[in-house]
Amino acid sequence: MSVAGTEPARDVAALKPPLGMLAELTHRCPLQCPYCSNPVELVRRSGELSTEEWVDVFRQAGAMGVLQVHLSGGEPTARKDLPELVAAAQGAGLYTNLITAGVLLTRDSLGRLVEAGLDHVQLSLQDSDAENAERIGNFRGGHAKKLEVAGWVVEMGLPLTVNVVVHRQNLDHLDDIIDMALDLRAHRLEIAHTQYYGWALRNRHNLMPTHVQVERATATAQAAEIRCRGRMVIDYVVPDYFARRPKRCMDGWGNQFFAVSPRGNMLPCHAAETITGLVFSSVREHPLRWIWENDAAFWKFRGTAWMPEPCRSCEFRERDLGGCRCQAFALGGDAAATDPVCEFSPKHDVIVALVDGNAPTGRPDYTYRR
Amino acid sequence: MDDPPIIGAADRPRLASYVRQQYDATRESWVLQAPERVLVLDETSKEILDLCDGATSVEAIVSQLAAAYDAPRDVIAHDVLAVLSLLAEKNLLDDGDDVAGGN
Repeated sequence: MSVAGTEPARDVAALKPPLGMLAELTHRCPLQCPYCSNPVELVRRSGELSTEEWVDVFRQAGAMGVLQVHLSGGEPTARKDLPELVAAAQGAGLYTNLITAGVLLTRDSLGRLVEAGLDHVQLSLQDSDAENAERIGNFRGGHAKKLEVAGWVVEMGLPLTVNVVVHRQNLDHLDDIIDMALDLRAHRLEIAHTQYYGWALRNRHNLMPTHVQVERATATAQAAEIRCRGRMVIDYVVPDYFARRPKRCMDGWGNQFFAVSPRGNMLPCHAAETITGLVFSSVREHPLRWIWENDAAFWKFRGTAWMPEPCRSCEFRERDLGGCRCQAFALGGDAAATDPVCEFSPKHDVIVALVDGNAPTGRPDYTYRR
Repeated sequence: MDDPPIIGAADRPRLASYVRQQYDATRESWVLQAPERVLVLDETSKEILDLCDGATSVEAIVSQLAAAYDAPRDVIAHDVLAVLSLLAEKNLLDDGDDVAGGN
């Protein structure tokens, strides 16, 4: 039984309102990236929240103190009501970040989003090499289209973030990827090592980088951060499988952030439904503020009171807040256990074996997301 | 290795066009909204930013605040440079000297 045990006392006085939210508007997406962190069971279109429901979610979010919304999915531009949703988020006082693959946009449709008040576009690119990029996303013509969309974003005066998920199949191109982002006049480049949830977990044998790749990439990224200072911000974090300590996942469970899934489940993070035994509340049935302040799933791993040893007595417990619950569940079957990426975890050898295992060479055999 | 200072006395900073200042009623403070970043502003930072109009030099900002608070110039300068350096490092500032359309 993975999440048994009595619930620790709720420190309601310490609870602060959330800063940000992820709105997964849909699981529909024309790309099929094997590193996608969406759940393997994708929500069907018929299950999606309606326009009115999302408008109300944004209104409630703004009222409870949320300042930023990440409009995402799947592919958020697959929703025909996106301009209305952007306007609603704006009206609720939320800064709007569009997290998009870009391929469904036209200059006109992007213009409508800008008119509706869109603040920022984060555009995904799969590689600097067009052929490899299209092999990864499994969408012909995607790469060229994305470059075009980037041009429109800059032309329309919006800040552009380029997001590139990196893994064994593209890490060796990191220098070119950075140059590509500079050429696109990106304000910011996110070099995001693949995290193994959802589809990415299925494809981990294709995606896991080698030690040498990670060392080289880290050196490249750190040097680039310095030379690009004042011109482009580079966000890069060493992947936690290759670190000794776990990441401060989401800045803490139920601490600053929540996600709303396409069918309306309110979650501490986009991957939380992978933890079996946790029951999440729906925005269709409860006010968002009530869920944030009262929902059992949100309180399950808040703060440090829930921690087992060695975390409970660990000097780093307030720094990393115990790492990632979804990862502890995926790798060890227990969401309440120490994150196995931590060197102090009794299951750390699982990570070591994965990281040191021979990386298959040759063409990847992707399980494409569909 | 010493990096050159990112903000200098002659610079005439202002918030980048894509950064929004708004009042946050929930937290009862001013915040800066930027791509996937929120900065909660304390009173000092807010006062400094209010003077950043792209026409006023950092040196002039320091002088104005030093006069307004009757405080030692070097203390004020330290605070002003700290706040503006933080914002500049996050690419949240433009310089008033930049020609429109430059990177």
